[in-house]
Amino acid sequence: MIELQEKSPFFAHFERLRAAEEPAWLRALRTEAMGSFSRLGFPTTRQEDWKYTSVASIAKTPFEPAPPAAGQASWPVLERLTSDVRLVFVNGWFSPGLSSAGSLPAGVSVGSLADALRSGSPALESHLGRHAGFTDQAFVALNTALAGDGAVVTLDRDVALDQPVVLVYLSEPGGRPAASHPRTLILAGRGSQASVAEIYAGPEDAVYFTNAVSEIVVREGAVLDHYRVQWEGRQAYHVATVQGVQDRASVLNSHNISLGASLARHDINSVLDAEGAECTLNGLYLAGGKQHVDNHTLLDHARPNCMSHELYKGILSGQAAGVFNGKIIVRQDAQKTNAIQSNKNLLLSGGAAINTKPQLEIYADDVRCTHGATVGQLDREALFYMRTRGIPERRSRELLTRAFASEVIGLIRWQPLREALEAELP
Amino acid sequence: MLRITSLHAGIGEKRILRGIDLEIRPGEVHAIMGPNGSGKSTLAQVLAGRDTYEVASGEVTFQGQDLLALDPEERAAAGVFLAFQYPVEIPGVTNMYFMRAALNSIRKQRGLAEVDAFDFMESVKERMELLGMPEAMLNRAVNTGFSGGEKKRNEVLQLAVLQPRLAILDETDSGLDIDALKIVAGGVNALRGADRSFLVVTHYQRLLNYIVPDYVHVMSGGRIVRSGDKSLALELEQKGYSELDEMAVSELVR
Repeated sequence: MIELQEKSPFFAHFERLRAAEEPAWLRALRTEAMGSFSRLGFPTTRQEDWKYTSVASIAKTPFEPAPPAAGQASWPVLERLTSDVRLVFVNGWFSPGLSSAGSLPAGVSVGSLADALRSGSPALESHLGRHAGFTDQAFVALNTALAGDGAVVTLDRDVALDQPVVLVYLSEPGGRPAASHPRTLILAGRGSQASVAEIYAGPEDAVYFTNAVSEIVVREGAVLDHYRVQWEGRQAYHVATVQGVQDRASVLNSHNISLGASLARHDINSVLDAEGAECTLNGLYLAGGKQHVDNHTLLDHARPNCMSHELYKGILSGQAAGVFNGKIIVRQDAQKTNAIQSNKNLLLSGGAAINTKPQLEIYADDVRCTHGATVGQLDREALFYMRTRGIPERRSRELLTRAFASEVIGLIRWQPLREALEAELP
Repeated sequence: MLRITSLHAGIGEKRILRGIDLEIRPGEVHAIMGPNGSGKSTLAQVLAGRDTYEVASGEVTFQGQDLLALDPEERAAAGVFLAFQYPVEIPGVTNMYFMRAALNSIRKQRGLAEVDAFDFMESVKERMELLGMPEAMLNRAVNTGFSGGEKKRNEVLQLAVLQPRLAILDETDSGLDIDALKIVAGGVNALRGADRSFLVVTHYQRLLNYIVPDYVHVMSGGRIVRSGDKSLALELEQKGYSELDEMAVSELVR
């Protein structure tokens, strides 16, 4: 554990929040979470879950709370990843000027967390901080203690939303290193259907830290597509946890795209908590230069007859380092579980590296779990074949790289994201 | 069109081609036969530019150009095509996209404009029909999950689309049943013409019943040990390659 100093800006931030006018349950939640964070401290590489990812530089940097800002309308992501329903947050705070509510059907509510707290929405108390574990995860604890704003998306029973809800979290840190702790809560009611995208972006030339937590509750028979696009600036630190909780026969399709940040760590978790639940985890991570990207996923098969399907693919170049850890727990009660996991990595340079590990804990006896991991370079045979057909070497490499990514990109149903990723590839 | 002079090549210390001399004029079809390990596939690969083989000495000129100085893609642009013995699977790249990228790359290197997408599609479909290939194969990833026969047809389809001046067929007959062989040979024969030459590498005489060569060469031990007309293939079929090894040895001793 890294020693925490009481004079750390995180504690000062917490003290200021405690003085603010807030519901008693929230104040209690923050206090408990801050207590957890004090106890846990920042993780170190001696901890199994953080073995290959050092957050010492986050711990050492004096991050100030990122101040509310109006935000600029000129961010490229705002142009490229458009939708009628868009909430934009700047430094973690809702920016009405950049947002548009579109025309939402009855039974759908999309708004800022701060507004929802002011209006005293009862769902918040029963869900906020109840799913993402802050007693044992330091960054979740820090977010839970310090989140000032974020998004709340609520879908009532049987409503279907045909356009995606896009949540854009921008960082505009100003001159000094700044931290924001955006919080997202998605409640998909029984039989509802929607897609929600979270996009994280910021400037290329500033040091800042985004510490995000999203909680997703998918009720019986609901279908939720969740997109997460981490497109932070190249000097940013990005740590995030997504925690899904799935009810009977619900479907959660998670797409986790990682393009930016100097150091990124994503924990994507779901509990398949009732029979017949299905979860798909797709991931694509592109890293070059000295980028470090760590994806930890956890599928907790708690009940029988659930299915999970996981495909994570990474393309690493330069001196980039990647980590994939795919944990699957099959509880004793979770008979007839069907879990498929695959992690494939393409290393484009001799200096790039990946640590990949499946982690299966199976306590039931009638289950089908498969996993596989590959690490390789571009296929030399295919390169030669393409060149004999007249396609120059450089173009052949690009085509093969794109082909590698296409397996994951092809699974994305939100067309603007598919197009943006295709444009981002070489 | 193609002139090979005293070509020696191999992998590291291992010499596989030990002095190949061969001349192919425009419009000619040459067959190269020989037992496994005789170096015939190596010759095909060296001509296409595979860098696992090192050329120790010798010359290859193609239409007056030093072929060995060119990259594989430049050889393609110059008009050399190799139909692979084992066509490579490329998951994630559709056949359609691949062939258009190939044709446009070659045209670009020759200073020509890109082909119109619609015209390209029409001409590809026509050629596919001749080869008995369903249109759906255009949208499948290159060779991925194709049967052996489908892969070989796909090679001939690419040959037809790219219209090279010299087509090298490396055991295009292996793994084909007689019906598929007839279709593939028909596809090749349709492309024969006064300014297009073929180098047909095969282990079996059977293919040469359908693609009738002007010349037959027999390779053994990395050299061409005999050359003749199509009757040589029949002779070889009757006698087998074992006698040939004796010929090669006697030649080396001589």
